[in-house]
Amino acid sequence: MAILETRQLNKHFGGLHVTGNVDFALQPGEMHCLIGPNGAGKSTFFKLILGEHLPDSGEILYDGEEITRAKPFERIRKGISVKFQVPGIFKELSVQQNLTIALQHHVAPEILQEEIDRLLEFLKLSQDRKQLAGNLSHGQKQWLEIGMAVALKPRLLLLDEPTAGMTPDETFATGEMLQELNREGMTLLAVEHDMAFVRQIAHQVTVLHFGKIFAQGTIDEITADERVAAIYLGEVDA
Amino acid sequence: MSSASRFTSFLKLIEGPQTLGKGPKFWSGFGVVLLAACAYPFFADSYDVGNNVYFFNWLFMAMGLSLIWGYGGALSFGQTAFFGVAGYAYGVLTINLGDAYGLTLISLVLAVGISALFATILGYFLFFGRISGVFLGIVTLSVTLVLERFMAQTAGPEWAIGKARLNGFNGMGAMPSLTIPWPGGNIVLYPDVTLYYVTLVLLLVCYLGLRILVNSRFGNVIVAIRENPMRAEMLGYDVRKYQLATFVIGSALAGLSGVLYTSWGNYITPASMGMTAASLPIVWVAVGGRSDLTTTLVGTLAVLIVFQSLTIYGSQYALIVMGTLLVITVLIAPRGIVIALLSPFMRRKSKLEGER
Repeated sequence: MAILETRQLNKHFGGLHVTGNVDFALQPGEMHCLIGPNGAGKSTFFKLILGEHLPDSGEILYDGEEITRAKPFERIRKGISVKFQVPGIFKELSVQQNLTIALQHHVAPEILQEEIDRLLEFLKLSQDRKQLAGNLSHGQKQWLEIGMAVALKPRLLLLDEPTAGMTPDETFATGEMLQELNREGMTLLAVEHDMAFVRQIAHQVTVLHFGKIFAQGTIDEITADERVAAIYLGEVDA
Repeated sequence: MSSASRFTSFLKLIEGPQTLGKGPKFWSGFGVVLLAACAYPFFADSYDVGNNVYFFNWLFMAMGLSLIWGYGGALSFGQTAFFGVAGYAYGVLTINLGDAYGLTLISLVLAVGISALFATILGYFLFFGRISGVFLGIVTLSVTLVLERFMAQTAGPEWAIGKARLNGFNGMGAMPSLTIPWPGGNIVLYPDVTLYYVTLVLLLVCYLGLRILVNSRFGNVIVAIRENPMRAEMLGYDVRKYQLATFVIGSALAGLSGVLYTSWGNYITPASMGMTAASLPIVWVAVGGRSDLTTTLVGTLAVLIVFQSLTIYGSQYALIVMGTLLVITVLIAPRGIVIALLSPFMRRKSKLEGER
């Protein structure tokens, strides 16, 4: 059974059809990337899955259970977690506090510190635990947010351009982190522009164009598809 | 975990990431200030001591606003609404019930409960309606101004609840002071030394209780909501419930201020919910440093004393100084003057921690 499924998902903003009849299924254990030119509807699709926007019609199922109208925090409690494009961290709080807040509602107080230490090591932030999160470098902020999202021990991790603004080294290190999480059993769905990064992590790629699924396949199949190259050059209409 | 160690870890929350003062130096200083506060009545005229309880009365509302605004990030401009509701409720209850058998204490609890209930209803529509930022300030200010206007037109004899006349613009008076039942004669808390100590103890309990609250898991979540509500929600927290709970606790403290003030002066007027009254708590809390309970207390007490001294020269003049103080704070020390004064010491300390 798919861990995440959308059936005929639709969303309009005024006259603009941003998500059109999207049927999408994500298998457990998959690392899947969503790509597409600007305005393809990737962010809206993400927001629909998270519950930030509600669809006009269609269904969203998580692990077979319908969550189309569930509140965002309810979806998180079911096992979905998210990393936003702009690092969504608590800037005025220390790195340690950021992780504490992410961990405290499902980790017993006795092992909280142990869990924080483990995450800090995973995120390469052990030296910065007392720093205010706002003082970290951009890449470190991205990692901290990945850490907060992972702290919930989700089954499905959604990542909206997780490497935006990172150096190539940081991007590669992020890819390795995500691969490690995937090896531990986490399913990942990422919106990403950086094709080198997509090649590094994705098992499967979905191309969105004008709110519809345009192509699906492995990265090699997608990059070999001339129609996909054409939409990035603006040569294919919906 | 055993119950003893659970209690110890509960007490440990008195210090934590959400409160500035920590360590032996802070608590020694705290002890000295507390001792000085306890010793003050021995060196002052009891009439002055009773008068100065006035300053303590407001501190509960200030701490409540620090919780809602400083910690929770929701600027409520209408805390005086809960102050007034609780003040009037105490008046109506005690005028009708009298002061025997500890009924004034029950009235205190009921009046604070009524203000908390009012905050729950208002807060439900605000937070579950996702009203935030400047709109929250506008709605809460409107509520307190509506209450002021409403109470101001209750002058006629038809505006009475039982024996309690509301008295419109002139305000309600002649309610009994808080009275503690005691074998061999009730202790009536007139504005004198006994009331001073009772209020001081209440203040101490609320201050320490709030320190524990803000350093607890609940406190972690409310500062997380202040910093980034969307992230907090995406960590699985129902942000609306936390905001509502914070608002209710802070507003109940404003209600406690209202009851203590009404009992202290045996008097409450609609003006206590008016524009000027609603603005002043914002000034106290902003000037001290709203994001910390201790700086809020120190700042509020300092501003109140300066304000009171200035009103000797005329209340309008004092209000202009308050307005100027707020503008200066916002421009020069947006996190609060007390915090700005402390920050060089805090920087040195955190640098030392980093070197360790």
